[in-house]
Amino acid sequence: MLLSIKNLHASINGKEILKGIDLEVNYGEVHAIMGPNGTGKSTLAAVIAGRDLFEVTEGEVKYKDKDLLKVPVEERAREGIFLGFQYPVEIPGVSITNFLRTALNELRKYRGLDPMSAVEFLKLMEEKKKLVEIQSNLTNRSVNEGFSGGEKKKNEIFQMAMLDPVLAILDETDSGLDIDALRIVAKGVNHLRRKDNAFLIITHYQRLLEYIIPDYVHVLFEGKIVKSGGKELAIELEEKGYDWLKNT
Amino acid sequence: MESESNKILNAFTQSEYKYGFITDIETDMAPEGLNEDIIRFISEKKQEPAFLLEFRLKSYRYWLTMKEPKWANIHYPKIDFQDIIYYAAPGKKKIPGSLDEVDPELLDTFNKLGISLNEQKKLTGVAVDAVMDSVSVKTTFSETLLKLGIIFCSFSEAVKNHPDLIKQYMGTVVPYTDNYFATLNSAVFTDGSFCYIPKGVRCPVELSTYFRINAANTGQFERTLIIAEEGAYVSYMEGCTAPQRDTNQLHAAIVEIIALKDAEVKYATVQNWYPGNKKGEGGIYNFVTKRGICKGNNSRISWTQVETGSAITWKYPSCILLGDNSVGEFYSVAVANNFQQADTGTKMQHLGKNTRSTIISKGISGGNGNNSYRGLVRIAKNAVNSRNYSQCDSLLLGNKCGAHTFPYIQVENKSSIVEHEATTSKISEDQLFYCQQRGIDMESAIGLIVNGYAKEVLNKLPMEFAMEAQKLLSVSLEGSVG
Ligand SMILES: Nc1ncnc2c1ncn2[C@@H]1O[C@H](COP(=O)(O)OP(=O)(O)O)[C@@H](O)[C@H]1O
Ligand SMILES: [Mg+2]
Repeated sequence: MLLSIKNLHASINGKEILKGIDLEVNYGEVHAIMGPNGTGKSTLAAVIAGRDLFEVTEGEVKYKDKDLLKVPVEERAREGIFLGFQYPVEIPGVSITNFLRTALNELRKYRGLDPMSAVEFLKLMEEKKKLVEIQSNLTNRSVNEGFSGGEKKKNEIFQMAMLDPVLAILDETDSGLDIDALRIVAKGVNHLRRKDNAFLIITHYQRLLEYIIPDYVHVLFEGKIVKSGGKELAIELEEKGYDWLKNT
Repeated sequence: MESESNKILNAFTQSEYKYGFITDIETDMAPEGLNEDIIRFISEKKQEPAFLLEFRLKSYRYWLTMKEPKWANIHYPKIDFQDIIYYAAPGKKKIPGSLDEVDPELLDTFNKLGISLNEQKKLTGVAVDAVMDSVSVKTTFSETLLKLGIIFCSFSEAVKNHPDLIKQYMGTVVPYTDNYFATLNSAVFTDGSFCYIPKGVRCPVELSTYFRINAANTGQFERTLIIAEEGAYVSYMEGCTAPQRDTNQLHAAIVEIIALKDAEVKYATVQNWYPGNKKGEGGIYNFVTKRGICKGNNSRISWTQVETGSAITWKYPSCILLGDNSVGEFYSVAVANNFQQADTGTKMQHLGKNTRSTIISKGISGGNGNNSYRGLVRIAKNAVNSRNYSQCDSLLLGNKCGAHTFPYIQVENKSSIVEHEATTSKISEDQLFYCQQRGIDMESAIGLIVNGYAKEVLNKLPMEFAMEAQKLLSVSLEGSVG
């Protein structure tokens, strides 16, 4: 078991957002989480990543069979948890190259490896840039500064490819993307999909799941997972709309 | 979030000053205090010509009539000028000709500071004039430079070997009457660097000086003079670290730069003197007068500074743009963390036609630090078609620190344009979380973000200085976010 969430409750400023989540993710699996806006999808992702803005009031989260909730944010990342942000933040003056090199070397240090040489690093970047079809000069620009919506999302996938996580959580990476960009994002994910990692794909639409075939689909509604199933659940949901959930 | 912020704040502010060691070598000192006899003592020790002694005494007598300035946005206990030692030379009096003759303890100090005086420096293209306390200990590459006619030596050596140049230029940019601390310096200055680039010569290496305050309670009064003759070019770097002290040390330097027709001088400083401890005790008081004059047409002077140290910094590197088409630039990153106070900025005096100036100032405040930018842009009546662009940014790391901007603008003709922009920002929780989610811890994340913020200025530094400055920023900003 890679990730095991039991009866997770989380709140912000005393307002409960997650109201008892149960979720199990095994190595090699792709899980999709769907649900209407404001239902707690990003909150769930943030809690797994360790954002202390949210207070966990009840329940447990185990990652690689260890209690995850006490682990600091950067250590979760070094243990292989990656969050592709719904709204990636701008960091003026810090180039993607510099940012990723810092990040990658932190991961390597944690794993007892020497920092990657500049040449090796640049090679790796070239390879991954091709994968996500980003312009080669994008990496010289400051992280997300002045990026278009599509560039920001591709940059998240690019970072994921560079850092090669064990558990990748993609929070609405598909929102606002045109069909070409969507295809590229899906290609990135499918390329990285292996027996020894897993994906949690948060999406509002069924569309992305035509390109990334999930093993499981969960529907999050008002802080709870109200339905789980196979990939056909996504299609059913798309057809019937989220209103259908209110009656289940 | 509050508790996390406090934790980080504590971790940062408790980090100790990394260069806080004291070198134990015998020191040849003047008795404490200041009077005409002390000045004669200094002048005699240095075997100075009569004109210099007169200059000193004239300055001292003028200083006695002056009052300490009170106008800067900084606060400090009254300085007792009788409680300061005005001259201290490392015990071995002879100026060594090779490294073998240098006191091993001194070499060790330099090694701890990461300054190598040996041939390795040649590979990196840096000539170093290391000033320890008051006497220049070792100058490298002067011989190579001499072949080009470049003079790069200690101020004292220049007084001995090139008294005419000293007499001609010293005090012409910063007159002895200029301000309280400059006048004091003119009376008691001990040593510093001298640099002369002859007509049409481009200095092929970055000239570099490392200053370091060592003997306890020694006032430091360096004096630096840089002259670029017609069409000459030089890039000059000054770097400083001071060992940890309990009592405050006064530092009042003067730097004068003269650029003649078509000449260009780039002056860069990375300053990380001891800033005081986390309670605000100790640390260096840094009151410096730095000024350059673009004397000839088409000349150019740029100041780049990274100020991370000192308890108090009071410093306004300035340009007098006298020649037509001359250009003045000021690029600054100033950090005020813990209880540091920085009051810095620049003055651009446009006197010639078509003169241009650029000011980029990046203030960073953390802890209880206070950072003020004070800038004067004056475009005189005859300086037609002149331009100034100023950009003053402030970054706040926490809620107890402060940033203040005081721009003074005087435009005396209608054809000139002055633009001023100012911003204030904070490091956001979102930015920190983003970095941490990628495996970068809070400290490194702050370092990364701050270096990004300061990049425009850091890019102006020579390569090897830029690296040092980046490290320094991260270290000294072990500051506070909340
Ligand atoms: N920083 C925040 N402060 C206050 N409320 C928040 C914050 N972040 C999210 N919420 C609230 O939590 C609920 C769930 O939000 P979110 O997890 O972003 O939903 P989703 O990603 O499913 O659209 C919403 O009601 C939202 O307003
Ligand atoms: Mg969301």
